[in-house]
Amino acid sequence: MGKRSIVPFGPQHPVLPEPIHLDLVLEDEKVIEAIPSIGFIHRGLEKLIEKRDFNDYMYVIERICGICSFMHGMGYCEALERIFDVEIPDRSKYLRTIWCEMSRTHSHLLWLGLLADAFGFEALFYQCWRMREKILDMFEASTGGRVIFSVNKVGGVLKDMDKQMLESFVKEFDAMEEELKKLCDVFLTDITVISRLKNVGVLSKEDAITYGAVGPMMRASGIAIDTRKLGYAAYNDIDFKIITSNNCDSYARCEVRIGELFQSFDIIRKAVKQIPDGDIATTVKGNPNGEAFVRLEQPRGEAIFYIKANGTKYLDRARVRTPTFTNLAPLTKILQGCDYADVPILVLTIDPCVSCTER
Amino acid sequence: MRENYELTVIDSTELPLKALEMKRNNARLVQICATSIEGGYELSYSFAMDYEFINYRIVLDADVKIVSISDLFPSAAFYENEMKELFGVKIESIGLDYDNKFYRIEVEAPFKK
Repeated sequence: MGKRSIVPFGPQHPVLPEPIHLDLVLEDEKVIEAIPSIGFIHRGLEKLIEKRDFNDYMYVIERICGICSFMHGMGYCEALERIFDVEIPDRSKYLRTIWCEMSRTHSHLLWLGLLADAFGFEALFYQCWRMREKILDMFEASTGGRVIFSVNKVGGVLKDMDKQMLESFVKEFDAMEEELKKLCDVFLTDITVISRLKNVGVLSKEDAITYGAVGPMMRASGIAIDTRKLGYAAYNDIDFKIITSNNCDSYARCEVRIGELFQSFDIIRKAVKQIPDGDIATTVKGNPNGEAFVRLEQPRGEAIFYIKANGTKYLDRARVRTPTFTNLAPLTKILQGCDYADVPILVLTIDPCVSCTER
Repeated sequence: MRENYELTVIDSTELPLKALEMKRNNARLVQICATSIEGGYELSYSFAMDYEFINYRIVLDADVKIVSISDLFPSAAFYENEMKELFGVKIESIGLDYDNKFYRIEVEAPFKK
């Protein structure tokens, strides 16, 4: 047996944009065990539901995270719409779908940039983030915001996109797709990148189920589950294939996210083609009474929204189970047996969002 | 289209058996959620088998202990630490017990009614 030591990793670390701490038990240069600690920025947003009107709380819940803000707001609204038993107009379902996919593209581009930066490819990082800026510009043009959008409401959406705007977005995505193909060549074929990702951080299919992996983390372990297939928003009308990989390693997780980027462009194109005319919201009156679970596929994986209402304007409970929270357990698994030098990359491959985790 | 799901109320003593049954069926633990009610808690244990979403509800008095399922589902430890620290739910034998230091908050069980 080699010499054992415990090395702290984080909460401040160059590879981490947000604080998370790991106690790494090492035997020489091999990680034997990793114990995560969070709690550096816990905000107690779910507690605020006791003091906010359920309509106002929409603006709180989308502040859980700056990347998935649209989807947090949407999940909350979908859960309340289920309690109210209202069907939102078809056009608003398509608009939600388009904004969801735009969120996925900018999230995955952000992640690709961070990954490139982590293995020292700074130019690649800048290219990914430059493309991401274009998506944020589109968000700004369509919602007025670049991080917090506030376009969801119980019963639909607050803003519409006209035909001209939607077509200009499709043109932008067409151009972006060509650019992205060249960038992805580096991620998927460069020998340095491959050497850092292939056969590193393997999470078998069985372990992905046991440890509760979700999203690209799960699909990279060969499990074809994508909660968009449940048919919320307009996903029931749009045909798409679940992106998976059977390699189960860090490279597979990169491959799946890249595949999902191209898939999102395709879904946006299809949604723009199929979007019907009509209203963007339906009127919802009164206070909610009852409870509901809603599952959504956020960029980092399945998120679960639970709402319990009591017939007043204040809810009993609003809970979001975020994807990073459940991907912490698979992270501890993939770190077991890895080289100490691979820890930063492996932490990144779960695409951690600590602000989601510490909502 | 809305997802249909099951919600079955069970007794806290049935939890280990139900969890074992889920484990044998190759289900994923997708969440555990606590809600404070007068004098206790409502706990929801959610599992998924492919797209099937199965929920078990336990209504628990505040002073009653429940047993951890983290030996079957390692990710349960994080949910259980959250319930213990934020709600004050009494949980025995958590695989990785942070002893109320999971979120590092100063207030004891702030979500408890």
